[in-house]
Amino acid sequence: MHSALNKNGDIVVPRESSLVWHDIPDEEFEKLDQSAKQSEVVLRKSKSYWQDAWSRFRKDPLAMAGLVVIVVITLAAIFGPIFSSYSYEDQNIANQNQSPSLEHWFGTDKFGRDIFVRTLYGARISLTIGFVAAGINLVIGVIYGGISGYFGGKIDMIMMRFVDILYGVPDLLYIILLMMFLGNTLESILIALSLTYWIGTARMVRSQVITLKFQEYTLAAKAIGSSNLRILFKHLIPNSMGPIIVTVTFLVPSAIFSEAFLSFLGIGIQVPMASWGTLVNDAIPSLFTQPYQMLFPAIAISITMFALNFIGDGLRDALDPRLKK
Amino acid sequence: MVASKEKLLEVRHLKKHFEMKKGLFASSKSVLKAVDDISFSINKGETFGLVGESGCGKTTVGRTILKLYEPTSGQILYKDTPIEGLLHKEMLPYRKKMQMIFQDPYASLDPRMTVGEIIADPLIVHSMYSGKERMDRVKELIELVGLQRDHLNRYPHEFSGGQRQRIGIARALAVEPEFLICDEPISALDVSIQAQVVNMLEELQEKFGLTYLFVSHDLSMVRHMSHKVGVMYLGSLVEYSEVDELYTNMQHPYTQALLSALPIADPDRAEQSERIHLQGDVPSPINPPSGCAFRTRCKFAMQVCSEEKPLLRDIGNSHMVACHLSNQ
Repeated sequence: MHSALNKNGDIVVPRESSLVWHDIPDEEFEKLDQSAKQSEVVLRKSKSYWQDAWSRFRKDPLAMAGLVVIVVITLAAIFGPIFSSYSYEDQNIANQNQSPSLEHWFGTDKFGRDIFVRTLYGARISLTIGFVAAGINLVIGVIYGGISGYFGGKIDMIMMRFVDILYGVPDLLYIILLMMFLGNTLESILIALSLTYWIGTARMVRSQVITLKFQEYTLAAKAIGSSNLRILFKHLIPNSMGPIIVTVTFLVPSAIFSEAFLSFLGIGIQVPMASWGTLVNDAIPSLFTQPYQMLFPAIAISITMFALNFIGDGLRDALDPRLKK
Repeated sequence: MVASKEKLLEVRHLKKHFEMKKGLFASSKSVLKAVDDISFSINKGETFGLVGESGCGKTTVGRTILKLYEPTSGQILYKDTPIEGLLHKEMLPYRKKMQMIFQDPYASLDPRMTVGEIIADPLIVHSMYSGKERMDRVKELIELVGLQRDHLNRYPHEFSGGQRQRIGIARALAVEPEFLICDEPISALDVSIQAQVVNMLEELQEKFGLTYLFVSHDLSMVRHMSHKVGVMYLGSLVEYSEVDELYTNMQHPYTQALLSALPIADPDRAEQSERIHLQGDVPSPINPPSGCAFRTRCKFAMQVCSEEKPLLRDIGNSHMVACHLSNQ
């Protein structure tokens, strides 16, 4: 039988007649107080996509730790050398190859230069390369992939075949050629890294745009009279921003690593400037006698790689919750 | 509601064919005739109902009129001006006159934009109003569709289907259009919400003198809303008439079958009426039957039906039917 609890908590069984809804007489209805409307008001603050993502990101301890590490390294790279009494290029023959001490935290190299300061300077170069290269690749990749995916057809065909050709050439080959041609400067490294690293971003953006362009809101924007570029940059790209950011976050460590690799081969940053790659390279001859010379820059690279990859993982989970297992 | 007899929109021999690629090495391309030679006109202030099964091309008709799809051939006349060949810039003034309400309220709102931004979007595109006036207009619109001002800062995912559809209607009304294409505006909503939205559409029509193209597969709703009704089958109009004439004097066997599927509220009458069950599925529009497209499922099919495509013919009372049966 139908039964219910009334206001006093007693179990009441409704009269037979009231089981049929249209038989309830008017006087059995009671007017509710205006205050009842209060329960209809939504109190929870409206959350935007980004606020939502941030609250998910904050709950990921590894990603947050990575973020803290990167912030600390960045701040140290910017402000650290100012507070040090040593500079990255001052040579001091009297202090050659000293072990780590209170005076020289990371020791000195064969020219008596303070390795701690050189590592901080290396962080400047390496982080600059990482973020600037990722930024350039983001811009090129989004525009190229967006146009290719949105306009489709022949344009897409031609643009994507061009990408395939670029992808087919071994990148180390022309990066080395380019570095020989342009010289070992920061700019030429950035140019070399920007030449092909955007391909992954462009492909990803293209596939995102292709799935989104058949959504009804794209049609709605067209019906309103929005131009193609407006639809692309106002609707389609913002809606693919999550995966784009994730891809770019993983580009930062790979650019840093590529630079370190090039410098290790001897075609990166030129002395007396230092990146983490050149520091490791310089330390090879003394690997067995003064291992700390290689240890510290190598640790710096590893920690940064870990931190950036953790941030990337966290961002992927936060921005695209469907991917989370 | 007295509608003037001024023609607002006329469609003449409209065709929309989609080319289908068969594969890498296929030499011939097959053509999907989504809309195949359709002609009709809508008077100012009236509602034209377009009904038919899923996949018969109703939605494509609506989208082609708005040039969301490029028409393959035929003419679209808005107030006697042909618009089918216009470029994006030339089309802009007409985009202000003709707007669309979409079928899926979940997919037709950009999830990254707030409701306020969504409704303001057409105003920005057409550079209508500026600054505070634009904001006022957006507030006016959200209240017009029965939502509240503080909803403007929220995101689409925070709303129910019916509310989202209202937001879509507010966006369509922002540019003060004369002609609205309602592409199955209620098919994705709960029945209780359907009535709300339909009533609102009717109120808006009365208030602003709007003209509707009402695309739907809900026959009773079309009867309720429309002045004229067109029945589509496989990309073509098979019957087309004033609403009362069509629902009382249906001529085409397909219309008869379609209307017999309407549930009847009165059980006594329901028992008397005979449900016509169509055999088989809708044939593929890529490879439609010769002659009359309906002949494969029509119990009256004759020799002539497979040889000759029946044309729309006036059988009196401006009631048009495309069937060889009505010619005799």
